[in-house]
Amino acid sequence: MSLAKTITNYFEELRGTRVWRSVFRSGTGSSTLHRALAVQQNVFLHLFSTKVRTRMLSFSATWYLGTLTFGTFLILVSTGIPLMFYYHPSVPQAYADTKDLQFVVSSGSFLRNLHRWSAHAMVFLVFAHMFKVFYRGAYRPPREFNWVIGVILLLITLLLSYTGYLLPWDQLAFWAITVGSNIASAVPVLGNKVHFLMLGGNMVNANALLRFYVLHCMILPLVAMLFVAIHFWRIRKDGGLYAHQSEPRTVAAQSVAAAAKGVQ
Amino acid sequence: MSQEKKSAPPEAGKEFDRRAFFAKLGLGSLSIAAAGTAAFAYQFLSPNVLFEPSPIVNAGKPENYAADSVTLDVNSGIYLVHAQEGFFALSAVCTHLGCLTAWKPELGIIACPCHGSKFNRDGQKIEGPAPKPLPWLQTWVSDEGDLMVDRSITIRPMQFVRV
Repeated sequence: MSLAKTITNYFEELRGTRVWRSVFRSGTGSSTLHRALAVQQNVFLHLFSTKVRTRMLSFSATWYLGTLTFGTFLILVSTGIPLMFYYHPSVPQAYADTKDLQFVVSSGSFLRNLHRWSAHAMVFLVFAHMFKVFYRGAYRPPREFNWVIGVILLLITLLLSYTGYLLPWDQLAFWAITVGSNIASAVPVLGNKVHFLMLGGNMVNANALLRFYVLHCMILPLVAMLFVAIHFWRIRKDGGLYAHQSEPRTVAAQSVAAAAKGVQ
Repeated sequence: MSQEKKSAPPEAGKEFDRRAFFAKLGLGSLSIAAAGTAAFAYQFLSPNVLFEPSPIVNAGKPENYAADSVTLDVNSGIYLVHAQEGFFALSAVCTHLGCLTAWKPELGIIACPCHGSKFNRDGQKIEGPAPKPLPWLQTWVSDEGDLMVDRSITIRPMQFVRV
């Protein structure tokens, strides 16, 4: 018996144990039903369809832009949390902590740079995803509501980028947020109130730093996760990933059906 | 109690009315609670005490400012101008999006580094996206003979302080 075979056997045995079956209820075997159940009964996977057409997964259908965007989001969460261990959102410490992360903390510059580049990549990918969906016409019914969710996610991405911009507390951050918050005060009637609430004062100061920190690390990521979950779930509810009419297999199938109709 | 029940037997429509009443009562209380929460959140998020620098700035003795000079104080964001007609203070905060402008002595203008607005020494706009001229600020001489500026009070231009 080969080694691979032995490992497979051990794994099958493991899948049959009581403990394993208390966690993963689908049990041993790899029939279509078992595989469908494995997706359907998993809290993370049940948002997705249990069955997907291969043409929906072809690279040309989506360029995987949504998945790549989610990938950058995961990188941002997993690099952002370690960065929080060394960063104090206070005026005397924020800039020094950023420099410490860059020059003193082991792997600090790696995590910070990864966080920064992923943030840039995420903004780029979100826009690319939007353009791809737009030019493919994937926003059309029944997917129009998922487009709306996507627009909300675009705004959350931009807000995450914007709030993260202030945290290094350098000259660039200070003036960028000064300019950005002054744009908010151009809102008719409510502008000055929005500006005051956003900064927690009349100028970019300790309150603004703390507010942006809480928004960046807690509120916006949680809201983003909620909408990402809805976004993924809606893909299933709206009939799966959008594949264009001109995908090779579809064309073949349709022409056969059309030909059959023509004969009848 | 039993007498009352007998005198008013439950009708078919009555049960529904009671239900509708409680539904409305519940929705009404929820709406009031939601409005209260919104007001509470707004008040909570608006700080009542601000640890921001005072709007009143002591710019020091008038003798420190040479005749026909423009002096920028970076910390308070004001220009103190000693013109022929007297002293005046100008806000150095760009009226476009709040960047700190800079005095360019070689050109004799005030320029904003962010989006290129330009103003003359009196705060009048020369060009750029800025929608308004730089405001003149309330300026006076204190009892100690110091030049004082209140950044929160803007005045009409061309009101010079003579010492």
